[in-house]
Amino acid sequence: MSKNRVNIDWLVLPMLGALGVIGIWTLWSSMPGTNLPSPLKTWEVSKLYVVEPFEKRGELDQGILRFTWYSLVLVAKGYALAILIGTPLGFLLGLSKMFAKSFDPIIQVLRPVSPLAWLPLGLVLFERSEPAALFTIAVCAMWPTVLNTAVGVRSVPQDYINVARVLKLSRVKTLFKVLIPATMPYMFTGFRLSLGIAWLVIVAAEMLTGVPGVGGFLWQEYNSLIYEHIILCILTIGLVGFVLDRLMSLVEARFKSI
Amino acid sequence: MAFLELKHVSKGYRSNGTLTPVLRDIDLSIEQGEFVAIVGYSGSGKTTLISLIAGLIRPDIGSVTLDGAEIRGPSPERGIVFQNYSLLPWLTTYENVYLAVDQVFRNWSAAQKRAHTEKYIEMVNLLPAREKRPAELSGGMRQRVAVARALAADPRILLLDEPLSALDALTRATLQGEIAKIWDQDKKTMVLITNDVDEGILLSDRIIPLTHGPDATLGPAVPVEIPRPRDRKAINHDPHFKQTRHQVMDFLLGVGVKHRKTVTRKLHLPDIEPEDLSYGKPSPFSLFRRGPLRSKEFKKERVETET
Repeated sequence: MSKNRVNIDWLVLPMLGALGVIGIWTLWSSMPGTNLPSPLKTWEVSKLYVVEPFEKRGELDQGILRFTWYSLVLVAKGYALAILIGTPLGFLLGLSKMFAKSFDPIIQVLRPVSPLAWLPLGLVLFERSEPAALFTIAVCAMWPTVLNTAVGVRSVPQDYINVARVLKLSRVKTLFKVLIPATMPYMFTGFRLSLGIAWLVIVAAEMLTGVPGVGGFLWQEYNSLIYEHIILCILTIGLVGFVLDRLMSLVEARFKSI
Repeated sequence: MAFLELKHVSKGYRSNGTLTPVLRDIDLSIEQGEFVAIVGYSGSGKTTLISLIAGLIRPDIGSVTLDGAEIRGPSPERGIVFQNYSLLPWLTTYENVYLAVDQVFRNWSAAQKRAHTEKYIEMVNLLPAREKRPAELSGGMRQRVAVARALAADPRILLLDEPLSALDALTRATLQGEIAKIWDQDKKTMVLITNDVDEGILLSDRIIPLTHGPDATLGPAVPVEIPRPRDRKAINHDPHFKQTRHQVMDFLLGVGVKHRKTVTRKLHLPDIEPEDLSYGKPSPFSLFRRGPLRSKEFKKERVETET
């Protein structure tokens, strides 16, 4: 009985939901005067890209997973940059009241700025498209890490700090033996949110710079009027983002259980 | 000069510009090897007192000295066992103790440090839980790790801040026995803060009551002259135990009552004066109408205060 219930919750209901969406999509695409391709047509046109996901037929004509891979590599670089800058910045904000008071306002102002606004500045600064894309990803994805780390550092229990004080641990030792482990769960929440944003930014960055990847492919296919591929790209981006988030929450859960 | 000395120590906490006094005029001297228990109500400033001795906070007035040297900050020579264990949850039993050993005996070899750590884990009977994290241990076991960590640093004085108050009665009794045993072996100077008078008498050489806060101060010390080892079952019938208990309890309860008294004081009335309309309802034919009574006419009130 309960097993059936689980099957319904995890399999049947999500499938019903998906079927419903596909139904609406089919209806919409069958209306006269629309350019929206039907689900079936989307599959037919995209099939080659899905069944041969790593094929490289030309610079602008590659399997969907090959494009995704390019995007993931770019995201990994930008994300690494975001974490490398964001974590120490978060620690400084959490540890020093003076630093927090000086920089909190500017962070609050920069945080809501859209990736579309950062990218041109990146191009001005670095003059080439890939560093500009990296800059955009890092600048946009950094904030959740910065803020979560800062909150984590501020909420390290006084007891742990007292332990460090009584043992007269050096500053470096206090940082590595007490502060960083105690902040770890907060940091990983920040890392997970940051990864989500980094993946969100990649599409915009690739569209504007023309760097090859799933976002670049999407924009190029829009310009070539192959609308089916737009939908293929959207689904791919969504699925990859979902998988990344799941993976990160597994890592996060491991750190929270301690 | 005594080993540990507190002279005219006062401490208050400042919040929103007002100073709340916590401890006032504390004088305490403890000899080397002595076991002193300080009992008081919760919230009477016991933890503040132990933090002062530990050096985690500095007194506003007065001085705290250990062996003649002023205490200016925390140090491993004054080991402290916190009420809430304060173990680092990401470290195992062994690692928690090793952290202290590694820090205090820096020039020892790795083997020496390891042996020393294990000796203290064994002392508190935790070798089977050596590789467990605090979350996997019971409250009593956690507190044992905390005791092992404090003792492994070989402190000159051990401060116990209500170490057993979060434990159930049975575990509590066992750990009381273990603390008594450890003191017997090491003859380390110990200061136990507790809210349990019986516990204080069972373990200490001298028991000192702390008055009700805020503005708490130490009462007269009561020496506990019961021969060791003390048997927790037999002790209940010991006349000296009963007498000591009475003395401490009388003081703790007495100061609570004595300070409660009623005073008559002048009232500062607000500008808006409520009128007592029911007073002397005037007859419509009366020539001398008495208007409603203003409450300003009562100018005194009786209140119960705690001073």
